[in-house]
Amino acid sequence: MSTDVEQPPDADDTAAQIADQVAATAAPEIIASTLGEYVRIWWTRVRSGESGALPVILGLVAIVIYFQVRSSLFLSAGNLVNLIEQAAWIVMLGMAEVFVLLLGEIDLSIGFSSVIGAVFTCWLLAPPHPVAWPLAVLVGLAFPAVYGLIQGLIITWLRLPSFVVTLAGQLAGLGLLLSIVDIAAPGSGGTIRLYSNVLNDIENGAMSPVAGWIVMAAAVVLAGALMITRDSRRRAGGLAAPPASVTWLKVAAMAVAGVIVVFIGNTNRGVGLVSVRGVPWVILVVLLVLVAWSFLLGRTRFGRYVYAIGGNAEAARRAGINLRRIRVLAFTLAGLTAGVMGIIYASQLGSISSNVNGGENVLYAVAAAVIGGTSLFGGRGKMLGAVLGGLIVAVIYNGLQLLGLGAAAQNIWTAAVLLAAVAIDTVARRGSRPNA
Amino acid sequence: MTTPSADDARPASAGRAAPSGDEPLLRLVGVGKNFGPVRALTDINLDVPVGQVTALVGDNGAGKSTLIKTIAGIWQQDHGEIRWEGRPVRLHSPKDATDLGIATVYQDLALADNLDIVQNMFLGREPRRNWMLDETTMEKEAKRTLADLSVVTVRSVRQPVGSLSGGQRQAVAVARAVLRQARLVIMDEPTAALGVTQTRVVLDLIRRLKSQNIAVIVISHNLNDVQAVADRVAVLRLGQLVSVGPLAQYDAQSIVELMTTGTSGRLGAVQPGSSAQQPAGSSSEH
Repeated sequence: MSTDVEQPPDADDTAAQIADQVAATAAPEIIASTLGEYVRIWWTRVRSGESGALPVILGLVAIVIYFQVRSSLFLSAGNLVNLIEQAAWIVMLGMAEVFVLLLGEIDLSIGFSSVIGAVFTCWLLAPPHPVAWPLAVLVGLAFPAVYGLIQGLIITWLRLPSFVVTLAGQLAGLGLLLSIVDIAAPGSGGTIRLYSNVLNDIENGAMSPVAGWIVMAAAVVLAGALMITRDSRRRAGGLAAPPASVTWLKVAAMAVAGVIVVFIGNTNRGVGLVSVRGVPWVILVVLLVLVAWSFLLGRTRFGRYVYAIGGNAEAARRAGINLRRIRVLAFTLAGLTAGVMGIIYASQLGSISSNVNGGENVLYAVAAAVIGGTSLFGGRGKMLGAVLGGLIVAVIYNGLQLLGLGAAAQNIWTAAVLLAAVAIDTVARRGSRPNA
Repeated sequence: MTTPSADDARPASAGRAAPSGDEPLLRLVGVGKNFGPVRALTDINLDVPVGQVTALVGDNGAGKSTLIKTIAGIWQQDHGEIRWEGRPVRLHSPKDATDLGIATVYQDLALADNLDIVQNMFLGREPRRNWMLDETTMEKEAKRTLADLSVVTVRSVRQPVGSLSGGQRQAVAVARAVLRQARLVIMDEPTAALGVTQTRVVLDLIRRLKSQNIAVIVISHNLNDVQAVADRVAVLRLGQLVSVGPLAQYDAQSIVELMTTGTSGRLGAVQPGSSAQQPAGSSSEH
């Protein structure tokens, strides 16, 4: 390893100083060889605002504690499950936005294209001649994907700013939504119902308690085994890998999180004689999308190129990367992910109304992604960040509702958190720059 | 540094040589380039042999950039011939040049700061296994290439490039070229904007390239660097190659005189005992 042949570039630079300097930008799992060193480098990074998910998690915990102090109902099983169901669509739309934010672009249209897709799904499932639900879902996903594809083509071919093109897409989306709901459900007052038990159960149904435990155990064992074998193989091959203890700690943290979620989900949240228990299916949907998209961004050429273009588009172009294709694909995937959000949204409400505020929803999605550490300038961010950021937005919404405060307070709180997240991130980053 | 042999010196106005086995890696024969009425390059005759560093010097607007962009396939010459290993080649695009093994490291280095060293070195040509990026292969090859170039100051190849010093960034850009089997590496002002220590790192890097039998063309304004690392010097002035020859035939003052006036009375004076052919001290126009 090149680690053991370190030479300070300047005579008066001590090895420790260089280590700190490096630690400010490199993840601890890359350069640490012991748990102690790992923690030290990790702490250096936390101080310089490069710690990844940690500040988001700490912020989430702080907000949760605040609401729990203000209302003892907040951490009840019933409310937490409710919270997860509310968070699901924000999280999903946030993940959609990550694809384009990583490129340094933005998509303002997915708030509407997503629900238009869901209107198609509802329409296809409506009596008297409903199609099979997977087909309806496919159409519901395909519409926003194609909507994203078309916008991506316009943006790359005509070299227009994505902000303007997708703003037009948003306005067109609102118009389309109004007319399609009118056509699909005439005389219904602008609402189309979702006639599908399967799809309604995404948000309103739950796995049986036993199934919850089995799914959780399987997920943790599978992910843990993958992490442990990969890291130990890399260590054996002399490649950059975190210390074994860190790998095990991560797996343990994953297991604890899984147990907590399933435990909460399986606690009876029914009122009176009715017993309601089980982990909502939507968690599984979010988890699957999170894993799939994290894999796509982290382990494939497409993902690598998305980061490269966001970091330095000219360098990517000179490396022979087809920028146009990657950009169009990113907008398409953002649309596809938004399609999943549309289905979740319809499932939560049991219907889609033509007065869905898609403009506001998409701004919440951008907020979720940015709170979760995604840079608006591209090249930096993760799918997991959008999940955590979306959870924060949902916690604020849910908590203030619990306190009896309405939309006004919710928006102001979200604004404050968004501003704080970006400010802390930017200031810490600026402070960590050498010679700045 | 190797002592340049007498054969290295070739007057810039030398005639066209027939293809032969011992022709240099790259030979420009009478290359000219016009932009409309502007003659950016006129009748350039230049040999670039393997295992040697050719320094390309000249004042602003002398045609250095035009010349390397012609070699890099960005622009096509209007006159003359580019010969690669004795065969005439036509470079229609940067890709043609890259495919031959010509790598250009521009001043901006074209690195993505948010990606790590390995990711930057393999950008655009990542090996895959079952559709997944083959990180193991990439990391091993990146390490090997960096070790071959004696780049030892980076703490981990998984560091983001944004955390590296100027010299280290240059090293990553050069290592990327080497990794892609470059046989000629063109470096545009590699030491501009670097401090003393970092400049030393880059000069060492250039020497390592040379020792790996790679041909190097370095554009530089810094005559100290040229004298430290070059084997051959080519002086451009107003689109013409006014002098080319082994470094030993020049001193700093003669290079400056050639750059500014196109002639120098001091040529050869620094090496009076040398039997080397005098570089063409005056304009190479026929």
